[in-house]
Amino acid sequence: MTIVNYDPRLVKTKNPYPKGPNDWKRFFSFNTDAKVIGIQYIVTALFFLLIGGLLGMLIRGELITPPSDLFDPTVYNGLYTMHGTIMLFLFLFPILSGLTNLLVPPMIGAPDMAFPKLNALAFWLVPVFSIILLLSFFVPGGPASSGWWSYPPISIQNPLGKIINGEMLWIIAISLSGISSIIGAVNFVTTIIRMRAPGMGFFKMPIFIWTVLAAQLLQLLGLPALTGGAIMLFFDLTFGTSFFRVEGGGDPVLFQHFFWFYSHPAVYVMVLPVFGIFSELFPVYSRKPLFGYKFVAIASFGITILSLVVWVHHMFYTGTPMWMRNLFMFTTMLIAVPTGVKVFAWIATLWGGNIRLSTPMLFCLGGLFNFIFGGITGVMLATVPVDIHVGNTYFVVAHFHYIIFNTIAFGIFAAIYHWFPKFTGKMFYEGLGKIHFTLTFIGATLNWLPLHWAGLLGMPRRVASYDPEFAIWNVLASIGAFILGVASIPFILNMVSSWVRGKSAPPNPWKAIGLEWLLPSPPPHENFEEDIPTVLNEPYCYGLDKPFVEDEKFYVEKSLKKH
Amino acid sequence: MVSKNQTLTLNHKPGHIKHDGHNMTGFIIFLCSESIIFFAFFVGYSVLKISAPVWYPSGINGIDVKMPLINTVILVSSSFVIYFAEKYLHKKNLWGFRIVWFITMIMGSYFVYGQYVEWSELTFSLQSGAFGGMFYLLTGFHGLHVITGILLMGLMLYRSFLPNNYKGGEMGVESVSLFWHFVDVIWLLLFGLIYLWQ
Ligand code: HEM
Ligand SMILES: [Cu+2]
Repeated sequence: MTIVNYDPRLVKTKNPYPKGPNDWKRFFSFNTDAKVIGIQYIVTALFFLLIGGLLGMLIRGELITPPSDLFDPTVYNGLYTMHGTIMLFLFLFPILSGLTNLLVPPMIGAPDMAFPKLNALAFWLVPVFSIILLLSFFVPGGPASSGWWSYPPISIQNPLGKIINGEMLWIIAISLSGISSIIGAVNFVTTIIRMRAPGMGFFKMPIFIWTVLAAQLLQLLGLPALTGGAIMLFFDLTFGTSFFRVEGGGDPVLFQHFFWFYSHPAVYVMVLPVFGIFSELFPVYSRKPLFGYKFVAIASFGITILSLVVWVHHMFYTGTPMWMRNLFMFTTMLIAVPTGVKVFAWIATLWGGNIRLSTPMLFCLGGLFNFIFGGITGVMLATVPVDIHVGNTYFVVAHFHYIIFNTIAFGIFAAIYHWFPKFTGKMFYEGLGKIHFTLTFIGATLNWLPLHWAGLLGMPRRVASYDPEFAIWNVLASIGAFILGVASIPFILNMVSSWVRGKSAPPNPWKAIGLEWLLPSPPPHENFEEDIPTVLNEPYCYGLDKPFVEDEKFYVEKSLKKH
Repeated sequence: MVSKNQTLTLNHKPGHIKHDGHNMTGFIIFLCSESIIFFAFFVGYSVLKISAPVWYPSGINGIDVKMPLINTVILVSSSFVIYFAEKYLHKKNLWGFRIVWFITMIMGSYFVYGQYVEWSELTFSLQSGAFGGMFYLLTGFHGLHVITGILLMGLMLYRSFLPNNYKGGEMGVESVSLFWHFVDVIWLLLFGLIYLWQ
């Protein structure tokens, strides 16, 4: 194994927080420090992962037997609507914002985000809209029950005639979540564009930064369309307008266009940072530079652009004209190209590497494996005839869970473990981490792999009862779901106990390359404070004969300030 | 040493980061994003209009252009006026700035008033089919932006009277004036879409 490319002289030894990260009160305060906000986001999001997971287990509990015996169908509709909404808007988006907050400033050598106050505002909107969303369990008629996609006409019916109803609270919560994300996106993009350390040109940014930039640009370009759609939906529901009401000359399919124009790119908002995480971690744990760094960076932008022009593939079976179907089938297939570039680069990075199977790497490998599988089913779904056949069946559910949980959540877990020592100053327990990974992998596979078959055989989604011929697949899936529930125990145990009394972490426990690893663990308030480094090299120069360009100069050079 | 000079010029002193440049970048990014909401509404309007068998609510053959045309002229000229206000500020002519700035505010307020008069004379409502909803949604959402713009201008005017201000105040003025141009361009598109394309 090669020596690591960082200059030990740069590492400060003093612990910046004498009471350290265990001073938990900081994390419950209004605070404009991106690191505190990042951890606030992550902890909040993990809490909602548990809530969403609980709802998921209730759904699987209902589906373990064919008849609808546990809940009546309306309650069931509420359950899956809230499950999907919570998982997306209260777990995945916030946790990714959290990771981005933690990682972006130290990785680019910035002291903080560009707009610290807006940053705090974006975070504190999360508890606000979460409470609004959860309150909907207690209003007459129960929570929204028209699915997380909220298609009219179902979503604009208000049988109870009450002003305050679950659907309305849902729309308000989603719009607030949109506002929070837009504020966040403006902040992230500005930070990345304007606050990079000297010398860090675009092609010296770590891939994670590239993917965050690409993902946040997508938020900025796509999210307003959903917000516009949500405003119109709100008017239809509450003030009796007819934007989406056929009787009044409106068009329900218009809503689907608004919705998917954002919600398709939204999947890339979530998956791009995970691609970034893979690209950061594979080099570290296989001691090789990232294969094709520039191609991977550019591919992120290829994905961004293409993902804005494929949304109609979610509407193949809603009477879309044939020319449109073919056009969007084509663009969807094209997105496989930049994605393929990335997958190829990761595999080439791993090839012949000196692989260390520690917990973060296990999650990455598991995530990559599942992503390849989910990508294949995605291409299948993009072919119009296949989609007409299996759209609205459990095949779609299986596909997107393979991506959304088995890839994205895996990547998130990998990131949490990988950077845990950096931001808490403590090492986690490797054994518990491995137990967590094993249970998660088994649970996730058991949960969603069988559903592909159920879907191919024609089991419809969004219904509480099903034909007994699908029973076997559902029993397996439900067992998988409960295993996933159990998997959260070693995870929580690990996080809490190692944060409280884990071993102190050195500045760079994984011998990784990257500006954040030059900082002490945990990093001081303004990261590099006075010593903003100058970046001389591309990232990921592991194991090269001559890792340092500019004759033996270090990866970064300590800046001479002392103004 | 390659990087020494570079370093000296690029480094921020911690705690003293200049946020001015960030503000403008952030604001421009925000405006790009906001224009997409309008864009979504415009697309919605066009799609509904093209595919509608009956577009205007019964009893209406179209909407009157006269009143909004006056409004358009006022708003477009205010975009020039605000430009001169900015010029005055750059020339450090504080009173010139305040007066011209205030004139912009009056022009904006007149626009809002004109829209109020127009709305109160209309014979269709929010519930009058897809057109009614779209009309009020678009003009109302734009109107909210005009009002926001006027309030922001008021804030800048107030700040111009604070002692020791207007060293850093230009930044806010520039952003508000950019916002005003934005509102203006959106109006022109909206005017074409709703009033000219009948
Ligand atoms: C990369 C990350 C991806 C994520 C996070 C993701 C997520 C999702 C989600 C959530 C849905 C379900 C939408 C619903 O609720 O109806 C879905 C459906 C779909 N996905 Fe993906 N997906 C990804 C990749 C892909 C790829 C690479 C392709 C094709 C090349 C693809 C093609 C499709 C198609 C065609 C559907 C629509 C199926 C239908 O509703 O009939 N996806 N995906
Ligand atoms: Cu899609």
